Amino acid sequence: MNFTDHLLTLITFLPAVGAFLLLFVPGNDTAGQNLARWIALLTSIVTFALSLWMWSQYDASNPGFQFVENYEWIGASIGYRMGVDGVSILFVVLTALLIPACLLSSWGSITTRVREYMIVFLILETLCIGVFSALDLAMFYVFFEGSLIPMFLIIGIWGGKRRIQAAYKFFFYTFTGSVLMLLAIMAMYWQAGTLDIRKLLAFHFDPATQTWLWLAFFASFAVKMPMWPFHRWLPEAHVEAPTGGSVILAAILLKLGGYGFIRFSLAMFPDASLQFAPFVFTLSIAAIILTSLIALVQTDIKKLIAYSSVAHMGFVTMGIFSGNVMGVHGAVFQMISHGIVSGALFLCVGVVYDRMHTREIEAYGGLVERMPRYAFAFMVFTMANVGLPGTSGFIGEFLTMIGVFQVNTWVAFFAAFGVILSAAYALWLYRRVIFGALTKESLKGILDLDAREITVLVPLIVLTILFGFYPAPILDATAASVNLIAENFGKAIGAAAPLVAAAH
Amino acid sequence: MIQAIVFFPLIGALIAGLLGRIIGHRTAEYVTTGLLIIAAALSWVVFAGYWFAPEAAEGAGHAEATKVLVLEWIHSGPLALDWVLRVDTLTAVMLVVVTTVSSLVHVYSIGYMADDPHRARFFAYLSLFTFAMLMLVTADNFLQMFFGWEGVGLASYLLIGFWYTRPAASAAAIKAFVVNRVGDFGFALGIFASLMILGHLDFDGAFHAVPEHVGQTIRFLSWDLDAMTVACLLLFMGAMGKSAQFLLHTWLPDAMEGPTPVSALIHAATMVTAGVFMVARLSPMFEAAPFAMNVVFVVGAITAFFAATVGLVQNDIKRVIAYSTCSQLGYMFVALGAGMFSAGIFHLFTHAFFKALLFLGAGSVIHAMHHEQDMRNMGGLAKKIPRTYWMMLIGTLALTGVGIPGLPIGFAGFFSKDAIIETAYSVGGNLGTFGFWSLVIAAMFTSFYSWRLIHLTFHGDPRPAHAAAHGHDDHAHDDHGHEDHGSAYDNAHESPNVMMVPLYVLAAGAVLAGFIWHDQFVGHAEHIAHFFAGSLVVTDSVVEAVHSVPFWVQSSATIAMLIGFGAAWYMYMVDKAMPARLAATNPGLYKFLLNKWYFDELYNFLFVRPALYIGRALWKGFDDWLVDQTIVEGLGHRVKDVTARVVKLQSGYLYHYAFVMLIGVALLLTWAITMGGLLG
Repeated sequence: MNFTDHLLTLITFLPAVGAFLLLFVPGNDTAGQNLARWIALLTSIVTFALSLWMWSQYDASNPGFQFVENYEWIGASIGYRMGVDGVSILFVVLTALLIPACLLSSWGSITTRVREYMIVFLILETLCIGVFSALDLAMFYVFFEGSLIPMFLIIGIWGGKRRIQAAYKFFFYTFTGSVLMLLAIMAMYWQAGTLDIRKLLAFHFDPATQTWLWLAFFASFAVKMPMWPFHRWLPEAHVEAPTGGSVILAAILLKLGGYGFIRFSLAMFPDASLQFAPFVFTLSIAAIILTSLIALVQTDIKKLIAYSSVAHMGFVTMGIFSGNVMGVHGAVFQMISHGIVSGALFLCVGVVYDRMHTREIEAYGGLVERMPRYAFAFMVFTMANVGLPGTSGFIGEFLTMIGVFQVNTWVAFFAAFGVILSAAYALWLYRRVIFGALTKESLKGILDLDAREITVLVPLIVLTILFGFYPAPILDATAASVNLIAENFGKAIGAAAPLVAAAH
Repeated sequence: MIQAIVFFPLIGALIAGLLGRIIGHRTAEYVTTGLLIIAAALSWVVFAGYWFAPEAAEGAGHAEATKVLVLEWIHSGPLALDWVLRVDTLTAVMLVVVTTVSSLVHVYSIGYMADDPHRARFFAYLSLFTFAMLMLVTADNFLQMFFGWEGVGLASYLLIGFWYTRPAASAAAIKAFVVNRVGDFGFALGIFASLMILGHLDFDGAFHAVPEHVGQTIRFLSWDLDAMTVACLLLFMGAMGKSAQFLLHTWLPDAMEGPTPVSALIHAATMVTAGVFMVARLSPMFEAAPFAMNVVFVVGAITAFFAATVGLVQNDIKRVIAYSTCSQLGYMFVALGAGMFSAGIFHLFTHAFFKALLFLGAGSVIHAMHHEQDMRNMGGLAKKIPRTYWMMLIGTLALTGVGIPGLPIGFAGFFSKDAIIETAYSVGGNLGTFGFWSLVIAAMFTSFYSWRLIHLTFHGDPRPAHAAAHGHDDHAHDDHGHEDHGSAYDNAHESPNVMMVPLYVLAAGAVLAGFIWHDQFVGHAEHIAHFFAGSLVVTDSVVEAVHSVPFWVQSSATIAMLIGFGAAWYMYMVDKAMPARLAATNPGLYKFLLNKWYFDELYNFLFVRPALYIGRALWKGFDDWLVDQTIVEGLGHRVKDVTARVVKLQSGYLYHYAFVMLIGVALLLTWAITMGGLLG
């Protein structure tokens, strides 16, 4: 038996093992709390190292699933099936990368129920990695829904003042969507006779059924993304969640929706995807333009970034349903990049929140005076959020727009307004928080980033800039699988009419 | 060699930016400046190669540019974009302009910024800007150009807002970035359209594909339009933003909030000319889109005229020069739009010298006057700072285009500006007439405001400070703020040599550049074609038409210049009350010009306020009220009413919620699994 045969299982469940160990740590005294922190951190770091090793072993030229594990479980229909392809492997790595960052960021700021906090985070890691690596729809559903619970607890227990309401809203939205998905999963089983995702990918659903299945999946993924106008839970959840919760929410949980769109909606229901593409484009444009305008007038730093996340996810949905290589490739890249950048932005907010205990933009101003390192880090991520070339934020935006331009110029035209608006809200935020004279009495003693915060942020800065100049590691790893998906989609829908016509 | 030219500034920026506090300001200054001087020297070597032997430098084949692959970039589907440094004649010209002005500005800044506590950061930004600009001019594909384009935008943003404690500086920085992004909106769509039409985003591939796509239509938005026209107009929108052309010009005057060396480098000599460079670089595409060329021509002519009118009445010494820059960029676009690409690049080249000279000279004046920028508070400075005065005079003579019509004798601007005015005339028809007269009148205004600046600043008697108008810089420079403004004249002092030497070098360029290189840029058609060796389009018929304009056209610019000079002399040296009288008799016109045609107010009314209003309405109205309170919470309340009897949901106990949810999930899962199990 080869070690790599079970690598994916190991990566997925190692955090759960860590969580189990934590149950035996006394949670009340300081020593126990520190022990809990260290156990959780080490577990997540080992998981990250394993995920990197998996990436190094991954054969990028093979578009199919790799590291596959396939066992029958409940009858022949539901199996323990795991595997990753080019679309999912990087999300596994991203999750494994960000969990240690979250744990480190909450090192000092979480002081109550530390052990439980660590347990919940590790469980969440298992569930998120599980979503990306499950190759059985039943397992996918369990992981997908299961990820709700730890997030609900994180917001509800360690959140801010209105945490109960926010947690409730978060749950209300996402759960409503997923009930419909469950029905669709059962319908798919009756049609195809299996829940094995690899078999379902090869199965051709008839177009009428596709429409219903597509809509049911859409209900779940659109809320998760979140797409406009199902986004209202997100700002609330972000505002109330502790820093680590916000990071995971923005960086990983939002990606579950995008991943689902690629894996299921686009790949399994191509006819319905083509049919609904104008609908998705409309919502994507609404997300890009309308939520950017809303971001412009926010007074709360976290809310502003949350709204900007919705706008960025608009690019993702737009790229996915353009259905061509550049669009889908861009969507995957944009999700990875947004995971790094928005995660980092929420970490940055956490840095000042830990010091000042307020998220009001008004309460800040002139931070560069006392916090030059922080100002630099925040500048890098702001620019990545704006999509400046040379940062990872640019590549995804560019590819999704150029992809959709081939399909529908109106969509690209409106999406390009996002380029203007994102600059406006992001730079205005930066100006109000970082620039200006440091006149507020409360800020005069504020300290710059400490060693722990630097440890968390520097790798993210490096990745943001590295992937801006040299995106090949991400693009190469995903290329083969994305090409296959786009090719299948193209075959299923037939060639579209060319937009450039010959001379009269 | 090209790697060294491009990456030395980046290395300098990284050293100064990341290690600035460790190595100290002085070292950071020397390192960045030293690296820039090396890059400039190497650039001249490269340029000399193209100047003396274009074929040898190009290699055996015609129009074969040197390309150096640096790194793989974006590979996706049909896209294959890499980081490639491309050098041809056009690039070599730009390399010389960028590195020369940049290195001189670095040297100058050592003196100008000597008192600033954040000097290392300043030099890091300057070098970062230079790197981005070099990436722009050495780009081998649209996207790398876009990278440089946005990179210089970032550096410009950082440098305009360098004195971050001043609200006006931060506001101007954001305005510059966002207005540029409006242009980028078009640029980005233009890139998308180019890929779709031509199938390539590398320049050579795209240009080769142009002939077979002339006359094709593209479905853009809801209309079928001529493909090349659409692509070129969208790309030109980017150029309008970066080069501050009419309608997207509003950021440039505000950008003067940045330190003066920044204005000289970025907002006069290099970055703002990126739009001109872009159109010249893409000349094979624009050549195939006659309508787009006409648009370029008209926009350039309007800008040249418009900015010159505003420049007539401004009182801030830097703003006068800023509007002058805007106007001169309009001239360059007129040349491009007329198909005389080399003339546009020539004016870019000469303008870089004399406009950087004027800005750095103005910086020297501001330095001497302890950060006073209002010309109404100056006067008689010629006696106090004679060397700066002479340098400013040379800059003015070059800008106004002093020379002898019909003979190749004159200052730099004489060669390049007059060539453009002749080009405009040679276009003929209504278009040519419009362009020609716009430019001639603009030339007259240019001469007027330039001499007005000289008279107000250097001639006459010193004027005490206006009570109302305080200098701009005194917030940032508390160390100077204590000085009595009334005695600014008495305390005026000549700048140190580290600031003066760059002025001398630029002055030499302003005097000689036109005389030395006019044949390569605007001489005989075959000389131009030989020099550029295919790096931009040279059309023989256009060049011939330019050279065969009548003598009165050739001398029109000089006549206009003399009229402007005479008027300025009369109004500011002889009858000094006349400007006030004129303003009083035409208050509407005066206000209109002083407020820059009210563009800021108009845009604020049309775009900024509606955007904020819609944002607020969507947030409070749609998100909070409709979705949140009415639908979701309304629904929630109904559910609560029903379930209140079963579980005390409103009790707020978290565990209740969690418990209910867990049961729900468990039930659903059990059901799903058993269904699967039973059926399997």
